[in-house]
Amino acid sequence: MSQLEIKDLHVSIGEKAIVKGFSLTLNSGEVHAIMGPNGTGKSTLSKAIAGHPDYTVTGGDVLLDGRSILAMQPDERARAGLFLAFQYPSEIPGVTIANFLRAAVQARMAEGEELDATGYYKRLYSKMDLLKIDRKFTSRAVNDGFSGGEKKRCEILQMAMLEPKFALMDETDSGLDIDALRIVAEGVNAMRGGALGILMITHYQRLLDYIVPDHVHVMWDGRIVKSGDKSLALELEAKGYDWVKKELAKA
Amino acid sequence: MSALPDTRSSSDFTQERFAAHLANRSDLPAWWLEAKKTAWNQYLALPLPVRTDERWRFSNLKGIDLAGFVLPGQPAPHTPHLPDFPRVAELTFSNRQITNRTPLPAELREQGVIFAPLDEALREHGDLVRRYFRKHPVALGSEKFVELNTAFCSTGALLYVPRGVEIALPFVVEHTLAGDHMATFPHTLVILEDQAKATLVEFFVSTETETAHFVSGVNDLHAAAGAYLTYVGVQHWSDATQAFQSNSIAAGRDARVFSLNLHLGGRQARHESHSRLLAPGAHSEMLALTVAHGTQEFDQRTLQTHAAPHTSSNLLYKNVLLDQARTIFSGLIVVEPDAQKTDAYQSNRNLMLSAAAEANSLPGLEIEANDVRCTHGATTARIDPDQQFYLEARGITPQHAHELLVFGFFEEILDKLTDDHLHAALTRFIQSKFKS
Repeated sequence: MSQLEIKDLHVSIGEKAIVKGFSLTLNSGEVHAIMGPNGTGKSTLSKAIAGHPDYTVTGGDVLLDGRSILAMQPDERARAGLFLAFQYPSEIPGVTIANFLRAAVQARMAEGEELDATGYYKRLYSKMDLLKIDRKFTSRAVNDGFSGGEKKRCEILQMAMLEPKFALMDETDSGLDIDALRIVAEGVNAMRGGALGILMITHYQRLLDYIVPDHVHVMWDGRIVKSGDKSLALELEAKGYDWVKKELAKA
Repeated sequence: MSALPDTRSSSDFTQERFAAHLANRSDLPAWWLEAKKTAWNQYLALPLPVRTDERWRFSNLKGIDLAGFVLPGQPAPHTPHLPDFPRVAELTFSNRQITNRTPLPAELREQGVIFAPLDEALREHGDLVRRYFRKHPVALGSEKFVELNTAFCSTGALLYVPRGVEIALPFVVEHTLAGDHMATFPHTLVILEDQAKATLVEFFVSTETETAHFVSGVNDLHAAAGAYLTYVGVQHWSDATQAFQSNSIAAGRDARVFSLNLHLGGRQARHESHSRLLAPGAHSEMLALTVAHGTQEFDQRTLQTHAAPHTSSNLLYKNVLLDQARTIFSGLIVVEPDAQKTDAYQSNRNLMLSAAAEANSLPGLEIEANDVRCTHGATTARIDPDQQFYLEARGITPQHAHELLVFGFFEEILDKLTDDHLHAALTRFIQSKFKS
């Protein structure tokens, strides 16, 4: 049982404060959805937790199983069990998916420990089958020339291979048609429930029809302003973000 | 053999030493000895490169110094560990002595294939060597050192593949040097007759990393009609070596020449490559990868001459620069007046891994025909921080992420090798430079 605790987090890009006192506790097996309009700090939150150098944490803390990760480098955070599924995954020409994933898997092994290549490919192929990714993809360069749907499936493939404790999924539904969304959701649903905790960032409720969250939080101006269960997402869908704005104004 | 003089001040490139070199070769054809004499006189007559010569723009001329270099007398006590991959036959030279030679398969011998050390080729196939030796000279600035190569060359190989013979596995020639202030002058000829197909991989390696060497190497690569010649040169001299290499490529009708040069070693390493597209349908693929570190200087000068219509060439030279390393790329595409429908491309791409490194790029075109497609370009970039973060976000260490991105940058070139074993072996060889 693991826990990711985000405590009163403040994040800036340059001089500009974006995340302003965000708090949330996520446990293994849970799926939390963060919803909110554009520009409210959702992506910043996920990148800051992953350790992107462009984002400065100016206050608060992020604890993984009680231990602060803020002093850790991005790769250390990843190896500690965090996974960021990117909204816009980078294209890496010349680095094949097979080599890239092998490097990532190997990075998690003890020094001197040898990767069992047969076992690795067996596992890789079974995850690819699950995500309906053609096996030829293993020899293609990471995201190089991929369609939007292929990139997102590749993100989920990496997540499946690396078995993180917590996944931060940033707008995983963006750029996906309905078929691709269904495949991605199936892949995520196959992983949920066990040791994995998911923080799902989305602008639209659509994704939540396929990956049903345990908790829904509305983010506004850099922090959570409303929390509830999946019915909150539906309410939000029906009433729009202006409803939250009005509620906030009343308070 | 008499002991070598104490030569830290005086080099072996003297009249006496040259005379001794010739005297040792009296069994070789007279034309060859004459050619050596002419070359020696040319060497003496030609000036060292000067600053005013455009072909030496940006080069470190002060670094060129032959003083104290000698011709080694004994083979190296040990040989460096070179990449292993399946091969059809190999020749190994250590300190200018042949130290290993695997026999050519009988089937190839019967088909008329020749794969022999240069001196043996001169004795047994002198006319063949004579016909192709420096047939298409390279005059991109290093003529003095090319003459010195002819004057002193005794190592190198002849690979001759008769009409229609196709050989899948590569031939391998290895040149290694050991000992301080040693010099070598390899010269390799690859001659493919019509419709022949073969690959030659040549290694240039020092056994130590610190000792100073002087090298001037030359290649003559000839692909006759419909032939497919692949040449891979792998240079990993010591970091104290001055190296010159001159590649001459000639492609006949519908011939394809694929050349890939890997530059890893040398204090200053200059590589000149001239492709001549001599008849319609000829194609030359000119590829190079350089990893420059420390204070190394890699100086690459190229010429793509389109001498006939409907010819094509594609040059892609990629450099990775670390520390205070310097690279120079100067390339020219020349399209002669009747070479209509030429399709020529030239690109130099530099990946800067250090703010103190310096990449100089001088692409050029000279087009005398009016119906051609020629493009050239040069780019200089750093590692993309978003790509770096993407890899790190998967738990890959910054150092390894960096390596993956650099190898990704190279892969565009290595991926063009159709021999998977060679591809994998060269990838590992480049990686070893990063790990050292």
